[in-house]
Amino acid sequence: MKKFAILMTAALLVSGQAMAAEKIRMGTEGAYPPFNQIDPSGKLIGFDVEIGNALCKQMKVECEWVTQDWDGIIPGLLAKKYDTIIASMSMTDERKQAVDFTDRYYSNSLRYIAKKGSNLDVKDLKGKTVGAQRATIAAIYLEDNMKGVVDIKVYDTQENAYIDLAAGRLDAVLGDMLVNYEWLQSDAGKAFDFFGEAFNRSDEIGIAVRKGEDKLRQQMNAALKAIRDDGTYAKINAKYFPFDIY
Amino acid sequence: MEPDALKIMTRIVKGVFYGLTALLIVVVLYILWTLNYDVIFRYFGRILGGTWLTIQLVTLSVFIGFFIALPVAIMRVSHIPWLRHPAYGFIFFFRGTPLLVQLFFIYYGLAQVDLVRHTFLWPVFRDAYWCALIAFALNTGGYSAEILRGAIQAVPKGEIEAARAIGMSLVTAYRRIILPRAFRLAIPAYGNEIIFMLKGTALASTITLYELTGIARLVNARTYQPVEAYLSAGVLYMVLTYIFLQAWQLFERRANRYLAAQG
Repeated sequence: MKKFAILMTAALLVSGQAMAAEKIRMGTEGAYPPFNQIDPSGKLIGFDVEIGNALCKQMKVECEWVTQDWDGIIPGLLAKKYDTIIASMSMTDERKQAVDFTDRYYSNSLRYIAKKGSNLDVKDLKGKTVGAQRATIAAIYLEDNMKGVVDIKVYDTQENAYIDLAAGRLDAVLGDMLVNYEWLQSDAGKAFDFFGEAFNRSDEIGIAVRKGEDKLRQQMNAALKAIRDDGTYAKINAKYFPFDIY
Repeated sequence: MEPDALKIMTRIVKGVFYGLTALLIVVVLYILWTLNYDVIFRYFGRILGGTWLTIQLVTLSVFIGFFIALPVAIMRVSHIPWLRHPAYGFIFFFRGTPLLVQLFFIYYGLAQVDLVRHTFLWPVFRDAYWCALIAFALNTGGYSAEILRGAIQAVPKGEIEAARAIGMSLVTAYRRIILPRAFRLAIPAYGNEIIFMLKGTALASTITLYELTGIARLVNARTYQPVEAYLSAGVLYMVLTYIFLQAWQLFERRANRYLAAQG
């Protein structure tokens, strides 16, 4: 009986402490630049991390970051190693069966890239040759909407599509805007640029919480809305991308 | 072994054989039963289009490949070193590297070379269709040259000597005696090479061509129905192979009919 009482007291103390500290443990991967990565000094940096820290600040809680390999990231959440996942996770139907998601905190969309000075008019692509990676949203978009208008080429990898764009076999590549942006920043992509606006926002990225943790989820949603409204989000966004990725 | 034990063994082997056959039939019927035929019907037009591109690729590359193989094979059996060595090198290169590597080299590799990109060569190498055709023709050219070389060397020495003895020049002997004999000897192995090439054309899907495999991959990506997509392609490859085998057998029988007459 005495032992039991000690245990109870200890448990109360521990849980009481956790509540008093108001700490949220954030899980991320740390290997997906520029969204989350570990810098040479071992510090966790990136867009996801800054958004997470801004949310904690907004919610007036302390953020504690935990890194976890991608394939174990949902199991780690369910095992309560951390309370949320902010790791550029697409909100797919499959994942929604295992975890709950907040509102999106950024999204991926499609955007054309072509040679600088090519005057590509994305409204009138008739007769152009456009490449995309096989089995991606971009390839499916072209098949559904541009078949017969443009000559569609599909590639096994995104890199091969870029190689053929650089070689001059393609007039344009359609792909995820953020992936395209990464390539445009590289040496090979220097002579190329975006054309037209981003469209088809189909890939939404959210923060995962354990199923049923509605209080935490709603807190996060409110904080997200607040940092969108007060310009904190825009400031972080501008550090990584010259366009709004929300 | 006792006769009885032998009987029992035979029975067990037979039982296992029939059992496995029955199981296989059940599995095949089950797969056919569960297929989503809508997918196949919806994409049937495109599947046929892909089949037509596959037929084009294999026919043209084998045709061109034959005319590459013929001179290379003759050079390969020549006694003159500067004829023999380049032919050997050509055959070695195309037999010694994977077809996929050759295809990527011609399509992605050559596109990086300025000499190709900024000259009259570019309109040809720009096009995935011509790149595939060039790679396939050179590859089958290398293999066929080796088949023809074997066949040329298998022509009985006596026949060549007889031809030379009655005053034929080497060229005439090749034209009238050696090559006609060699072609007939090469037919079975050459048929095999053509079937290999038919399946080799599947690699064209990796350089953006929508041949039969390219279409199957498209159907899979669109519908998430890999069984329907790849089974349709597989069946069509088998149909093409079957038709080719029948035609080739007729051709072989006709080419070698003098042997049948000899009885």
